[in-house]
Amino acid sequence: MLNQIGNYSLYIALLSSILIIVQSPILLNRNNINVSGRIFSLISIQSLMIIISFIALIIAFIISDFSNETVYNNSHTSKPLFYKISGTWGNHEGSLLLWLLVLSIFLLIFTITSKNLSNKYRILTIFFQEIIILGFLLFILFTSNPFMNLFPIPNEGTGLNPILQDPALAIHPPILYLGYVGTSIIFSSSLAALISGSVNKIWAKHIKDWVLISWIFLSIGILLGSIWAYYELGWGGFWFWDPVENVSLMPWFCLTALFHTILILEKREMFHSWAVILSITTFSLSMSGTFLVRSGILNSIHTFANDPSRGVFILCFLFILITLSIFIYFFYQNKIKNNFAKTYIVSKETAVLVNNLFMMFFLSVVLIGTVYPIFLEVLNNDKISVGPPFYHKLIVPFMIPFLIFMAIGPNFSWIKDKTNRINLQQLLFFILSIIISFIFLKRVGVSYLFSLPLFIASFFLFFITIRDFSAKKTNLSQKISHFGFSLFILSVLVNGVLAKEYSSNMKVGDERKFLNKTINFESLIIDESKNYQSLQANFKITDKNTSINLKPEIRVYDQPQTITSEADIESTLYSDNFLVFNILKNDGFYNVRYQIKPFMIWIWISIILISFGGILSIVKKNG
Amino acid sequence: MKIKILVLAIFYLIGSFNLSNAANSEKVDQISKNLRCLICQGQSVYDSQSDFALSMKILIQKKIDEGKNDEQIYDFLKSKYGEWIVYDPEINKNTVLLWVLPLILFVFGGLLIFRKVSIK
Amino acid sequence: MVKNIKLITVVFLVIVSFFILLKGLNKTNNYSPKLNSSKIDFNFKAKFLYSDEESTLYELINDKDYSIINIWASWCLPCREEHPFLLNLKSLDKLNIIGINYKDKEINAKKFIKELGNPYSKIVVDPSGVNSIELGAYGVPETILINNNSKTILKKYIGPLDNKKLDELKIIIKNEN
Repeated sequence: MLNQIGNYSLYIALLSSILIIVQSPILLNRNNINVSGRIFSLISIQSLMIIISFIALIIAFIISDFSNETVYNNSHTSKPLFYKISGTWGNHEGSLLLWLLVLSIFLLIFTITSKNLSNKYRILTIFFQEIIILGFLLFILFTSNPFMNLFPIPNEGTGLNPILQDPALAIHPPILYLGYVGTSIIFSSSLAALISGSVNKIWAKHIKDWVLISWIFLSIGILLGSIWAYYELGWGGFWFWDPVENVSLMPWFCLTALFHTILILEKREMFHSWAVILSITTFSLSMSGTFLVRSGILNSIHTFANDPSRGVFILCFLFILITLSIFIYFFYQNKIKNNFAKTYIVSKETAVLVNNLFMMFFLSVVLIGTVYPIFLEVLNNDKISVGPPFYHKLIVPFMIPFLIFMAIGPNFSWIKDKTNRINLQQLLFFILSIIISFIFLKRVGVSYLFSLPLFIASFFLFFITIRDFSAKKTNLSQKISHFGFSLFILSVLVNGVLAKEYSSNMKVGDERKFLNKTINFESLIIDESKNYQSLQANFKITDKNTSINLKPEIRVYDQPQTITSEADIESTLYSDNFLVFNILKNDGFYNVRYQIKPFMIWIWISIILISFGGILSIVKKNG
Repeated sequence: MKIKILVLAIFYLIGSFNLSNAANSEKVDQISKNLRCLICQGQSVYDSQSDFALSMKILIQKKIDEGKNDEQIYDFLKSKYGEWIVYDPEINKNTVLLWVLPLILFVFGGLLIFRKVSIK
Repeated sequence: MVKNIKLITVVFLVIVSFFILLKGLNKTNNYSPKLNSSKIDFNFKAKFLYSDEESTLYELINDKDYSIINIWASWCLPCREEHPFLLNLKSLDKLNIIGINYKDKEINAKKFIKELGNPYSKIVVDPSGVNSIELGAYGVPETILINNNSKTILKKYIGPLDNKKLDELKIIIKNEN
């Protein structure tokens, strides 16, 4: 029953999509037709249908309707309700339906909120967006239909990967998808603006919100993924330069660059072509991300779904979209007004260009690092790994000038900055940063080649962004985001330098000394939960004056049978105490890993601050 | 500093009675972070608790005790398992583009900006 | 003109990437490493399962023309499955099968052999797994075919033996001379 509803509504959505695509070229030539008439109703029907199908899938998961193959493969009656619901998008088919849902809802919002813009631009945007929707509908219906019937109906499902049964990861995909899919609107509208010859201030102003929204969701999505990796994967790190993580970082770099460029386009009518190129690239990267993750071409801890035939479809679709946009770009390039206004070397415009240069550099490092092994393996049959050392080596040296530039760049004025003299205040802050970094690193005893300049640069940025709160020149949302970023870099660095780790094999009753602390393995009890059994350990960490108890778990899930280690983390403003343990084959022994991670919580807070700056900017504008 | 060495030495003495109970030395951690756990999905040897990774760590410790330096240990493992095992690809004809391409793009982009901007 | 060159370059790059990724999709994730040297260079010492003596692998492989080194453990289920194939190989005259017992308890290992038969001419133990890593092994089970005279590795199987691999091994051994 639910399967039929889901299937039929998807087919109706497919039909509306085709109708819109066929109709829009006709409507395009009639100038005074009201878009909100025919096309608007078709878009509404389409969104409604997709919402219905999505709800049908959620219900199927809630009531454990095992006549649905997707539910059978990814759910189990013993699962808590929350994870039954999140199971809807915790699998390949469901996650694509979620993509589609967001695609169509975003289009609906776009149609409603763009009423005061030109007809041609709106219809073209809808046209391109519908092509994307059509592609996804075909993909879902013919290669990954979430509404496949299963007969005879099994009594019990096979369960959801326990590693995914986690609150942060349950909401991580939807948030990340909102970010990814938001870029589709940017893509469609930039092509539309290109064709209709309206890449200008008005377009910039309109699309800025979409850029911000995608950027905010992407930032928060990445944050949630990192938090999840931090406490669930049990390694105590939060970023592993894993291909799947990289894939979400790439559109983020692109969006950040795009946002800064759009600001210039809005204020000064410059960099038209560049803004369009960035818009196209951003979406292409989001789509490539889906391709890389979903096709199983990557070797990664996060690639849960592996199916090459689906990969071929996304790849072809991606190829068509990219080629199409390249041809459109080159064909309509002449329509772009070229503004030959002079850009002086010390000006806000140059500052944004330099920001873009760094963003593109970071993007290219991550992109090349991620896909190079795939290319090499195909061309040469050699397999190499590109991991953290590669990214650190290429990114860290460039981070230093980037941070310094980020400190001084935003204070440049438009067109031409008049302040030729050296800013005394900045110089003072710089000297202060040198002193602090030097003393800090001396005390900690770190002497890597790049640590000192890196710390100087980040302290400098930190001080300047704090000082900027008192300046009137820039707006508050920018100050918050930039300050958030400086806090982020500083926390990551301090965390990296001061983190301490101890790992040992212990049995119950054992005691180990680490630094000035004592680690006591006090007890181990077995506990039963709804869908898993757990081994709960109790560790006591005693300091000179304080003691804390950490209770990590090892969970044995039955459906499907999997063992996971749940770290126990005690967070304070100064530092995190992280403890995780694992079963060893040596009887009675457990591998215990205890970490002290200073300023961990500030990494999360700073990312929230960065995103909050974006939210504030939207609220302020529309409020 | 002396205390630190002493602590490490004590750890090592305790450890050598039963190798598997030793706390891994910092050196082992440092090397194993740069190695891919080949039987895991995208984990480093350092992060993994698989048999493969555990044995690998013991092997690294053994090689360090034999007086091998980092380079020799990496080379040994590469000769056994191929380039895939190291996360830090060395620069050779296969990987030169990997390392250089981002830098070329940076220089190219920088020149592009420089051409647009007037210096006066 | 410049515009066209740009267009052609970009499209060309996209098309090339497309075909490379397409080919990449059809690759299996099974990976067997290219060996930098197929010469065997393992000279570590290992203890026998059935006695307290120690021996190097060099000493072990000298008896016959070919040796198979098989890494196994009693706790490994696929090892149980591949055991009949090893017993089958035992009948080959030119071949000498050496077992490396990987991270196992001696009692369990002996029980395993008692239960399923002993295809090995010699079994050494590897309680820490280090020797297997020195051989370049990934885990259990794993089988390495060695030419004893040239001291080179001829074939390496990761995972349990099956009929196909068995035939392949027999053909290699037959044809080498």
